[in-house]
Parts: sequence; structure tokens; C-alpha cells
Amino acid sequence: MYRYDDYDHAIVQARVAQFRGQTERYLAGKLNDDEFRPLRLQNGLYIQRHGPMLRLAVPYGLISAAQLRRFADVARRYDRGFGHFTTRHNLQLNWVKLAEVPQILADLARAELHAIQTSGNCIRNVTTDHFAGVAADEIADPRPWAEILRQWSSFHPEFAYLPRKFKVAISGATEDRAAIQVHDLGLQVVRDPNNSAEIGFKVYAGGGLGRTPLLGQVVREFLPWQHLLSYTEALVRVFNRHGRRDNAYKARIKILVKALGREEFAQQVEAEWAHLKDGPSTLTVTEVERVSQQFAAPAYETLAADDLCHLAHLREDKAFSRWIDRNVHAHKVPGYAAVTLSLKRPGAAPGDATSEQMEAAADLAERYSFGEIRVSHEQNLILADVPQRELYTVWHRAKATGLAAPTVGLIHDLIACPGGDFCSLANARSLPIAAAIQERFEDLDYQHDIGELELNISGCMNSCGHHHLGAIGILGVDKNGEEWYQVTLGGRQGNDARIGEVIGRSFAAAEVPDAIERLIGVYLVHRHADERFIDTFDRIGVETFRGAAYLPKPAHPHHSRRVANG
Amino acid sequence: MANKQIIKERRLQDDAWKVVTLVDGEAPFDVCLPVGPLLVPVSVWKARKACLIHREYEHGTPLGIWLAPGDDLAGIAADLDDFTVIAVHFPKFADGRGYSTARLLRERHGYDGELRAFGDIGRDQIFFLNRVGFDAFVIGEGKSAEDALAAFDDFPESYQGDAVQPLPLFRRRVA
Repeated sequence: MYRYDDYDHAIVQARVAQFRGQTERYLAGKLNDDEFRPLRLQNGLYIQRHGPMLRLAVPYGLISAAQLRRFADVARRYDRGFGHFTTRHNLQLNWVKLAEVPQILADLARAELHAIQTSGNCIRNVTTDHFAGVAADEIADPRPWAEILRQWSSFHPEFAYLPRKFKVAISGATEDRAAIQVHDLGLQVVRDPNNSAEIGFKVYAGGGLGRTPLLGQVVREFLPWQHLLSYTEALVRVFNRHGRRDNAYKARIKILVKALGREEFAQQVEAEWAHLKDGPSTLTVTEVERVSQQFAAPAYETLAADDLCHLAHLREDKAFSRWIDRNVHAHKVPGYAAVTLSLKRPGAAPGDATSEQMEAAADLAERYSFGEIRVSHEQNLILADVPQRELYTVWHRAKATGLAAPTVGLIHDLIACPGGDFCSLANARSLPIAAAIQERFEDLDYQHDIGELELNISGCMNSCGHHHLGAIGILGVDKNGEEWYQVTLGGRQGNDARIGEVIGRSFAAAEVPDAIERLIGVYLVHRHADERFIDTFDRIGVETFRGAAYLPKPAHPHHSRRVANG
Repeated sequence: MANKQIIKERRLQDDAWKVVTLVDGEAPFDVCLPVGPLLVPVSVWKARKACLIHREYEHGTPLGIWLAPGDDLAGIAADLDDFTVIAVHFPKFADGRGYSTARLLRERHGYDGELRAFGDIGRDQIFFLNRVGFDAFVIGEGKSAEDALAAFDDFPESYQGDAVQPLPLFRRRVA
């Protein structure tokens, strides 16, 4: 992974010193709240329901074992011994003290970690595919490009006060696992149509969730890699100059792209880019190689595609094989696998990890996965390079620290924002709804029978829980001070990304598990063999589901069985 | 406005420039143009170009213009040589359009005269303002100009090229 050189260290240290000064001036009354707000936000610091919340960056989701231990240490020392992994490769600490934040940032900086631009109206943490570098369908590893963009966007002098936040995602594979179409800027690595030895990017702009969910529009079919920074600079400049600043809800670039239309927006970017193209920010082979070398493949052993011992465990241990089925993913190198350590467990918020769990994951990474961990946008941790022969041991150890829920991709693996329990923006709580659904569907056989299902929960229109992209999406809304929940169906991420459709009136909190169970009941009744929830939805349409959602009582074949199973 | 202080060449200096603003409903032809160096809004420049140039040639009064965040540069790009000072207004420091304006003036239009930032700016904006090409800073009401002087060296290095250092770090990096 990318390691800081003296320049990187000096820049991040300078940021720590700068923020220490800003915090001191604020505490001494020399900066007022309005002046301090954007400064603290650009260092990830919110003032939240319980006090300050600090959002730390995991640049493009990649973190070393030593860095994860540093997170664990910081969470224990300055917080309550746990943190919350978000949908955008960040770790949030909910109980920090404002006066201690400069020291937290100093501790993090020593481990090459920071909270730079994790919030505020600036270019945010670049996100990517959690299987980057190990996926078989990869055209190029997106991480060097993400690192190049990280450096370019960090302390960009022109873009610290954009109309609104600006999020970039990049995918290097043919299947998009980075939700690039719902980002302000989405970059898809593609081959040069005229020279397959060269790569570049297909550029999407104007995607986003929130109050006005929109998918990104293709503004350039092919951008040669050399021009990544000059083109991006042109695009963000058009946004900075022309994005709306009169209404925060209409200030994202998606509104500008929509207002101008795709072609006019793209044309304005091209016109700006014409001046910047081939200028000093044109990337060089030397720089791309310098960065790429740091993401070189680890020293893989030559292994058989199937480890005999592993196969034996698979045959003998049903719980293990279930975990393999859900939580272990194909790897491009024979004999290796990628493992999801689930951060979904009953009684804890999705994405929460205790310091002990972070340390356990760091231990596993060090022993079995070349010392690196990924954070996925589904709020789990990934060990990307585990030899197949070690999977049984990894499973046992993960189980011992509550990281082995065999439910990846199932209803239990839901995505949820911290919601009204923690976040001052929220209209409603997310976590009790998540817990109620997880409890309703806790039976493993039932979950596995339902199969793949993305259920996403957001506590407000800001959509941090990506509810628009869930096959089932749940959105918290406020009705005269009461918490209600609106349900959407048919959303999905990936190449075929789609925004879910609202089914009708919202539900009271207590009704939600029943409504979800009725919707799933419709699927179970209508599904064909091997059909996922989303496939059945596509085939039979929203009306059948809508009709069932508002029936007075749950009615589906599994309810009695679940009770019988206790 | 007289004897107001400005940061230039990294120190506080006296400043004689006056900012001309139109009050609500006031037409560019109606506004009073006081004696001394003036920063006029774009509308006044366009309406009274001849008069302003006359002041400069006949009386040696230097001429300047000030730009609002949304002002379009296309309309004045051909006139940049006429200005001793171009000022960019920041009504709110969180409105970052002026940063793009500065880079365009410096890098696109080759303006090399004084480029000053004024309005709601202070210590925490100086470093980036300087990088995008501003070389003069009128610190906002109630903020400390002395404090702001310390901000030029907030960072020892920057990743991107800018109006001061056109080469990005990757073209200068020594392993």
C-alpha cells in the first residue's frame, strides 16, 4: 500500500498544527462558530447530538494492520472503545472531546492517518472497490489512481469552498462495486478503444442520492489516463463557478448537470479543459509508476486451486461451509480468497467495531492476509488475500470476536447510517429499525432461504445509508415530531444502478418489521428457482408488492416456521 | 477607507484605494467618483470607461476594478491592462468562486498586476488565497491582520500546481 514519504508526512503534520491553532483560537473566543464550522468540518469534526463526532478517513478503503490498531487505540483512549465504519470508507468516533481532537489527529498522523476533507464543502475521501487488486474482472487496479486523486484533492487551493460537497468514486473492474453512478464524479477504468494496451476513464458526473436522487451521466466516454487531473480540475472548476449557492439542497453538481443538460455541461467542461489539457498537471509515466509500485501484488505463494484440507472442512462443517458460501469471495490468484469480516451483529449498529475487534482484525490481517485490511461500502472489513488453507482458522478466530456472522449479502447484512441516535441531521432513528429487522430475520435458515437482498436504511434525506440503492430501502421521515419510515423497492447498485421506487404511505416504526416481512413474503410466494428478490421484483413489478405491504397481518409461508424454530 | 491597512509583500501597509459600490437602485452613471485611486464595480467600469481612463491619463490617478463572485471575466478580459489593481470580493468566506476567478486571471488571462482579496477573509483563508494568485489582502472587519500574517507558511509543500508554483509536486518530487 502507499507509504508516506517526507513530503506527505510534512503536509499532514502541517495540517495537524494548523488545526491545533484553529481549535485553540476557537476555544479562546477568537473564532466564532460560523468561522470555525468549515474549518472543523474539513477536518472531519461535527458537533453532534452527544457532542463532537470525528470522521476519520480510510483513503480508498485500504488500511494496514498497524493503522487499524491505531484506530483501536484512539477509539479506546479518546472515545468509548468503539467506532462506526460508514458507507464511504470512513471511521466515525461519536464521543470525542473537542479540545482533544488536535491530539487525536497528531496520534493518527504518526500512523499516516488523518481526517482531511472527510466533511465540508470540498472534495471528499475518494472511494473505490473493496476487491481492488484481487478481483478477476479488473482492467486495472484503481488504487494508484485513487491515491493520485487523493494527493491532487488534498488542500486543493481552489476547491476548499465549493457550493457543496464533492464525492469521487473510481472502479477498475467490469462490475462496479464502488457505486460510481451515485457519486458527484464517477470514474470507470476502460481500455483505450484505439489501443488496448492503454487505459483511461469513462467519466460520469452528477450522480448522487439525497433529496434528489440521480444517476450520474456520462460526460466523457474515454479520458486518457494522462489527463485525469487536468480534466477533473476543469470539471470541478465549472462546478465551483456555476453550481448553485443559493440553496444548499440544490447545490450539488447533480443539480447543475441536470439544469444544463448532459451535453451542455460536458461541453462547458471540455471548453475549460481545452485550456488545461497538456499543462503541468498532465500525469507522467514516472509518477504513475512511482505510485503504482506501492500497490504491487504481495508475495503470493504458488498454491493449488483447491486445498484438500479446506475441502474436507467444507464437507464436515455446515456452519463453516455456510460462512464460506456467504463471506468468502473469489480471488484472481489460485489458492487464495477474499474474506469479509462482518460488522453486522444483533445488538450493535451496522458498521460498529469495538477496539478489540479492530485489533483482532489487525491480527488476522497480519497473520493471514499480508497485513492489510479493506473497508467496504457495505460497512464490513475485508481480508483480501487469505490462503484457502487458512480459512478454517480465520473463521474460528473471527467467530471468537464476533466478526463471522455468515450473512454477507443477506438481509442481516443491512446498511444503515447512525441515524437520530447520534446524528443531529436525522429525522428519525435508523438503528432501532435495523435491530428490529435483524431480530425478525435472525433465524439463519430463514435468511439463507430468502437469499441475497440488499436492505438499506437512512435516517434522513441525506441518504448516508444509501436507501435509494437498496432492493428494499427504508427512509426515516419526520411527521409532526413522530418518526415514520418510507419504503422504496427495486433500487440497486452496480453497473445497472437504479433508484428505488416509493411504494406508498410511510409506516410507523412498530409496523416496519411486519411490512418488510410481508414484502419478503410476496417474493417467497412468487419466486422462481434461483431467483433473487430483485429478480422477482423486476419480473412481477412493484404493484404486487405494494398490494401486500399494507395488508393488516403478515401472511407468508415462513412465519409459522420461524416461530416453530424458536 | 483612508489609512486602511492591507497585507502586501507579507507585511501590513497603508492603503489608499477606495472601493466604489452602488447602493440599491443606483445607476452606474449616478455614483460619485471620489478623488484618489478607485476600485470600481464592473458596471461602473463599463458605463464610464472614458471618464475613468481620463482620470488616469490626465490626473495620474491609478485605476482599479473589483469583481463580485459571479462576475464573468469575458466582459473585461480585453481591458486587464488598464487596471493597476484588480480586487475580488468575498461577501462570505465560504463562497469560493473568487478562488477560480483569481486562477483564471493569473493563469488564463496573464494578469500580473496586483490582485487583492477583500471582504470576509482572515487568517484561515490566506494560505489558499495566496496560492491561487492573490498578492494583497484586506482582512475583514473584526479579524486580526497581524494574525493573518502568520498564515503564509501554514504548509511547507503543496501537492498541486497553482498560480504561484505551476508545477505540481509530482513534477518536483525528489526521492
